[in-house]
Amino acid sequence: MAKRMSLRERIPKPPKPADMLNSIQGSQFWSSVFRPGSIFRKGYTDSPRNRSYVVMNSVLYHLHPVKVKRHAVKVSYTLCLGGLSFFLFIHLTVTGIFLMFFYRPTAAQAWNDIKTLQTSVTFGLLVRNMHRWGAHLMVISVFLHMARVFYHGAYKPPREFNWVIGVILLTLTLLLSFTGYLLPWDQLALWAVTVGTNMMGYTPVFGRQVRFVLLGGVEIGTDTVLRWYVLHVLMFPFVIVIFMAIHFWRVRKDGGISGPL
Amino acid sequence: MTEIPEHLLKRSKARREQAGAGKGDAGNGGGGGGESADDGEKIPARLLQGEGGSSGGAATATVARPAAGAPAQSPGAVGPAGHTQRLLTVVKAGSIQDVKSVPTDKVHTWPHLLVGEFVAALAMTAFLFVFAIFVNAPLLGMANFNLTPNPSKAPWYFLGLQELLTMFHPMVAGVTIPGMGLIVMGAAGYIDKNPSNKPEDRKFAIALMTFFLMFWAVLVIIGSFFRGEGFNFIYPWDQGVHEIFDL
Repeated sequence: MAKRMSLRERIPKPPKPADMLNSIQGSQFWSSVFRPGSIFRKGYTDSPRNRSYVVMNSVLYHLHPVKVKRHAVKVSYTLCLGGLSFFLFIHLTVTGIFLMFFYRPTAAQAWNDIKTLQTSVTFGLLVRNMHRWGAHLMVISVFLHMARVFYHGAYKPPREFNWVIGVILLTLTLLLSFTGYLLPWDQLALWAVTVGTNMMGYTPVFGRQVRFVLLGGVEIGTDTVLRWYVLHVLMFPFVIVIFMAIHFWRVRKDGGISGPL
Repeated sequence: MTEIPEHLLKRSKARREQAGAGKGDAGNGGGGGGESADDGEKIPARLLQGEGGSSGGAATATVARPAAGAPAQSPGAVGPAGHTQRLLTVVKAGSIQDVKSVPTDKVHTWPHLLVGEFVAALAMTAFLFVFAIFVNAPLLGMANFNLTPNPSKAPWYFLGLQELLTMFHPMVAGVTIPGMGLIVMGAAGYIDKNPSNKPEDRKFAIALMTFFLMFWAVLVIIGSFFRGEGFNFIYPWDQGVHEIFDL
């Protein structure tokens, strides 16, 4: 009779980390997540081919081509302003979603919700601050981006239509910022919006109607808060994302970024 | 002229030798088309004579050249049904495809562009984070219709417009000027017919834009810091910025 196996021998040995990694990377699930050629399937060593694969086999390919002009990656040319505007938009979306959990868009509750957010919600004040300052920064960066593009003559053919999209994006950015301005429902918000919408009320011919539609009534009130809230968190972001998609797509189709000068 | 990589030269040499060998085999079947001197680069003078010999100098590529390795049929020979096969056309390189004479200098998006973008995003996040820790967003008292703050100001980016409001009718200052401004701005690419993007060629455009940006910036700064109670002129250091301006 064979010698009985000891307890230690009978317990199956845990797999080695390398084997585990291999079996995970060989699984159907893993290969369904990462496309053939993805660096997460086959590992990454620095080579021109792998540098191409990083972009080509990931969702990044929607935004960036595999190669870009050498001068286009110089920070001194673009100052990163377009990219930062986009990044700030993402930042504002993330912080904005956090704020939405604690905010009710009515005249009776809005201000108290913000106050509670600042005093009783973990990181509430910090996230609100980041949202507010990020919003101002985005207005500035979009504006500076526009100036940069103008000074490089990048609004000229074949990019003239993308410049039009850019002006629309600037307008949408201002509208996003302005609609968000009302939401805290404090004195600053109320009167800044009063000044702003009074100006819009002077639109020729349809002035009164424009103001009525904007305010959801003849005066700023709880209906205005709801209306601007929906515009701020849903409608303008939706529209601006569409225009951003066209904007980025056209940057590539019009031959990459302009220049060198 | 760009350097042709060595492995490509090698490959082309190998292919050429292979093609030359193929032609030699097929040469006896065709009408004596396989000239061993033909290295596949030049158009044989014999073919060009049929088209009028003068075009020989400009020819750099041919269309409908018999494929190398296929049974070589002399293009000048008469085909089975009496059709004359001939060279269709001689085209200059670059006339069909847009061949760029100077190849653009390109780098890989990863890592050259993506690393920069990532660092910029990280720096921006860090800046916002630190700034938000130390500076609180304003939250004044609850909105009160019966208490009009003096001065009442629009958000800072509209203060240029509010400044115009002191000079023009509200319809002009609030609707016409910004509306026209946006339309003219959007049409810039269609108005400006100057194709150059070199700063020295576009002094007028740059001067105009700079004037416009400065004009706007000055209006915003005046509206923000130099307008106090009743939107009258004040110095910010007399009253303190917090009395007259909030973000």
